[in-house]
Amino acid sequence: MIDITGLHKSFGSNAVLRGVDLNVETGTSTVIIGGSGTGKSVLLKCILGLVSPDKGQILLDAEDVTRAERDPFLAKFGMLFQGGALFDSMPVWQNVAFRLLRGSLRKPVEEAREIAVAKLARVGLGPEVAGKFPAELSGGMQKRVSLARAIAADPQVIFFDEPTTGLDPIMAGVINDLIREIVVEMGATAMTITHDMSSVRAIADRVAMLHRGKIRWEGPVAEMDAASDPYLRQFITGAAEGPIETLR
Amino acid sequence: MILTAPLAAIGRSTLGLLAAIGRVALFFFQAVSHILRPPWYPREFAVQLIQIGWLSLPVVGLTALFTGGALALQIYAGGSRFNAEAVVPSIVAIGMARELGPVLGGLMVAGRVASAIAAEIATMKVTEQIDALVTLSTNPMKYLTVPRLLAATLTLPVLVAAGDSIGIFGGFLVGTTRLGFNEVGYITNTVDFLEFWDVASGLVKGAVFGFIVALMGCFHGMSSGRGARGVGKATTNAVVSASILILAANYLLTELFFTA
Repeated sequence: MIDITGLHKSFGSNAVLRGVDLNVETGTSTVIIGGSGTGKSVLLKCILGLVSPDKGQILLDAEDVTRAERDPFLAKFGMLFQGGALFDSMPVWQNVAFRLLRGSLRKPVEEAREIAVAKLARVGLGPEVAGKFPAELSGGMQKRVSLARAIAADPQVIFFDEPTTGLDPIMAGVINDLIREIVVEMGATAMTITHDMSSVRAIADRVAMLHRGKIRWEGPVAEMDAASDPYLRQFITGAAEGPIETLR
Repeated sequence: MILTAPLAAIGRSTLGLLAAIGRVALFFFQAVSHILRPPWYPREFAVQLIQIGWLSLPVVGLTALFTGGALALQIYAGGSRFNAEAVVPSIVAIGMARELGPVLGGLMVAGRVASAIAAEIATMKVTEQIDALVTLSTNPMKYLTVPRLLAATLTLPVLVAAGDSIGIFGGFLVGTTRLGFNEVGYITNTVDFLEFWDVASGLVKGAVFGFIVALMGCFHGMSSGRGARGVGKATTNAVVSASILILAANYLLTELFFTA
């Protein structure tokens, strides 16, 4: 479904991606792990066209994403942003139904609102939340609303950028379970970037580790713990000592 | 090395200035091209008409009222030196319509609106809301910039017209209560000496100033840096650049309208 070959991206003298090769199969949930600043978010943004790669190719269903027509291309994607990225000038239901109120997927307002309330229910939020503004919600509720927005138009591909950042362990577990359930239920292809190993174990079919701008290790989540790669082992165990340089 | 350091600094500043002018020019052409091409967002446009136009009316009105009053006092004091006190109504009207109405209106709206636009868009950028818009198949230039540009360009002439009227009324109040003018005589003098182009030129200036205010607000918001510091800097830069451009554009438009 998503084929990434030789992807490079630099910001000034900082080479963030240095030849990423990755294949994500249809209907699978791939989690990309790696330290801060290794280019995980940049990789997702390159796929979505938010950042232009310097070199390399990204294919979605064998079509080059840089040549795809933007509106139908983006209609295939849903994304949960790290901080939620909810529009604070509009109520929750309009956030969830944003894509359904304008553009090629536009629906009548009442129908869009009904779909938004149904998606909110799917992520465990009642209809009373629909009329509230994002600032009136807790962090966990905002993540759920953001998840509802990501799935509102039934996308084929869903990206999750650090879905559990800023949440307590129990709420993080709830969000992980929700993501897994929804991805399986929708049959969607999922790509998640996270530091949280409990998220990796809950969400992933496959795991890819990004280190120094390249995929260092890639394989099924069941093989992750038995892998001998010292970089992956250090990341999984969270050890301060190892081949990954850390500032102390 | 030490001798060439000032030259290097001047060079860097010049290059920085030229790059900034280039970025603003590119943003301007992009914005104009998006104004002309669908999709358009009428609901966002309506919201901005209220935000930029209606909610600026008290600020512009109060500024004009006090300016008109002060202008009447100054012209009376100056005119009395050569027995020309009678020109107060006509000079207040012409001064408000040609210069003070549009310039002060533009500057007050720059302070209120350019800062608000820059802060809102910069915050949206910092919190990834702009990226979210793109992933939701919505072009931020069309959704955020175009409605604000159109609303500011269309509402500022209306605000200037209201400001002109209120400013002239301020002059009337001071003229009739403090300077001994007759009410009917003051109004007759105002109407007789005020020409169509005096008012129309001010309205054209208002439209240009409105465009400048929204353009600077959107440009600095969209190109803001990260964090609270980035938002603060974007807000300050938006107000400062909009104010300077308004004063520069005012001079150029006055040259164009009244010296040709």
